Amino acid sequence: MTAQPPAWLAFSSRALDALVIAALFVAVWQGLYEYAGDSAITAPLATLSYAASLVKTSNFWGHAQATLVAFAYSLVISIVLGVVLGLALGLQRFAGDVAEPIFVALYTIPKVTLYPLILLIFGLGVSAKVAFGVIHGVIPIILFTLNAVKNINPVLLRTSRAMRLTQWQTVTTVLAPAVMPELITGVRVGFSLTMLGVLIGEMFASQRGLGFLIVNGISMHNVPMTTAVILIVVVFAIAANGLLLWIDKRMHRAA
Amino acid sequence: MSAGVAVAQAQTATAQAKVHARLRGVTRVFEGKLSVHALGPLDLDLPRGEFFSVVGPSGCGKSTLMDLIAGLSPPTEGTVTFEDKPVAGEVPDGIGAVFQEDASFPWLTVRDNIAFGLRRAGVDPAETQRRVEYAIGFMGLREFATAYPAQLSGGMRQRVCIARTLVMQPRLILLDEPFGALDQQTRLLMGDELLRLWRETGATVMLITHALDEAAMLSDRVGVMSARPGRFIDVITTGWSRERDSNIVADPAFGVVTARLWSLLRGESLKAIGAKGA
Repeated sequence: MTAQPPAWLAFSSRALDALVIAALFVAVWQGLYEYAGDSAITAPLATLSYAASLVKTSNFWGHAQATLVAFAYSLVISIVLGVVLGLALGLQRFAGDVAEPIFVALYTIPKVTLYPLILLIFGLGVSAKVAFGVIHGVIPIILFTLNAVKNINPVLLRTSRAMRLTQWQTVTTVLAPAVMPELITGVRVGFSLTMLGVLIGEMFASQRGLGFLIVNGISMHNVPMTTAVILIVVVFAIAANGLLLWIDKRMHRAA
Repeated sequence: MSAGVAVAQAQTATAQAKVHARLRGVTRVFEGKLSVHALGPLDLDLPRGEFFSVVGPSGCGKSTLMDLIAGLSPPTEGTVTFEDKPVAGEVPDGIGAVFQEDASFPWLTVRDNIAFGLRRAGVDPAETQRRVEYAIGFMGLREFATAYPAQLSGGMRQRVCIARTLVMQPRLILLDEPFGALDQQTRLLMGDELLRLWRETGATVMLITHALDEAAMLSDRVGVMSARPGRFIDVITTGWSRERDSNIVADPAFGVVTARLWSLLRGESLKAIGAKGA
């Protein structure tokens, strides 16, 4: 009979894993610094201290706000559009079967090649960034939602009919909660990709945002700023993904 | 003479009033690349308050039969009536169905699962709570009331589904192999609970099962179906009293009924598995 390890041990082993990964990350970073030098990357400690002073400037927060606003718009549009299209296509089996490979194919297009077109269509402002974010984020959300609806346990729908639920009740009280775990997974994937889209959008042809700061740091030979902004973006992405992963796991455990 | 005719007519009338669900000339063909004649033609009268079981070889259309009565799918030909109203296209009020598969909602606790239908139907909260708590106690789910289905065994989840149907106070309960996934001992005990439920609610019960002993033990009558397309080859009356329970398996008459079911089914089962010399 094998005894269950105590909970604190399981927790501390997870914490240890995280620590090891963080240490590896810092070691690789330091190694890159030793290899490439000050002109390409800033050392971990120096970056931290630069980042600490950077977040005290209002200039930084102006750019961060620009990115967050564009990201928030993109994410909301990606989620709403993705969920609505995913639900609609999932419920129409034939349309879904036709649309799914098309979306998969669309998704493999290197989207950055579309960016010049997006700029011409939407101009240099926030809307181009939002459009580019949506292009990245919406398709995985559509695909996850579509598959969640297609793979819903049919007996749940039979049960809805046997309980004489209206169509509206079926959608809101059976279908929606049944697809929710998969949908959260889709949102989690869409979240990272939307952010990617927005940052890439800011790197080209934009005067605002963290993406702009990164590229601007390079052209101004301000390597510490570039490295520090990258660090801040990475920390934000890991934290947000961790939060979504936690929700995701909770949803899947209940299911 | 005319008096005799009148009596006969009166008897027919009372017999009709007692019939809860009626099937006449019902067939079901699944259209497709390969059309499958799944069922019928068959006739069936389910008297009010009867415990009726259906046995038959696998693939004979037992589940299809249940879908037709429940209004979950329409017959290709023939008519289904429930409480003298035709069943067409939708599930009539007063019918409750429990399926073979686990149909509990994984995102709801046991208590919320059981309350689900009542809440959707807009039953008032006090009454909902009363019925739900009663069903939780009746099905032995008290200590699991706040658990999620994923934390329960298959048998417990099936109880949740039965309770969820029960609280709607159906007058006809259709059960499609609800104990199919359970071990024999649990099945016997669940059978007892089903009998208790049947006596207490006064509902008509139709149970689909592949277990001949289960059918023999629980039912007033057992309909034996042929291999596909399913038809009733015989309907056996067991003659048990209403107060029966699983102890009936010790009664010699139980063995006789079970043996009779098997002798009817043996040939059909051989046909169903494609054996020669059936």
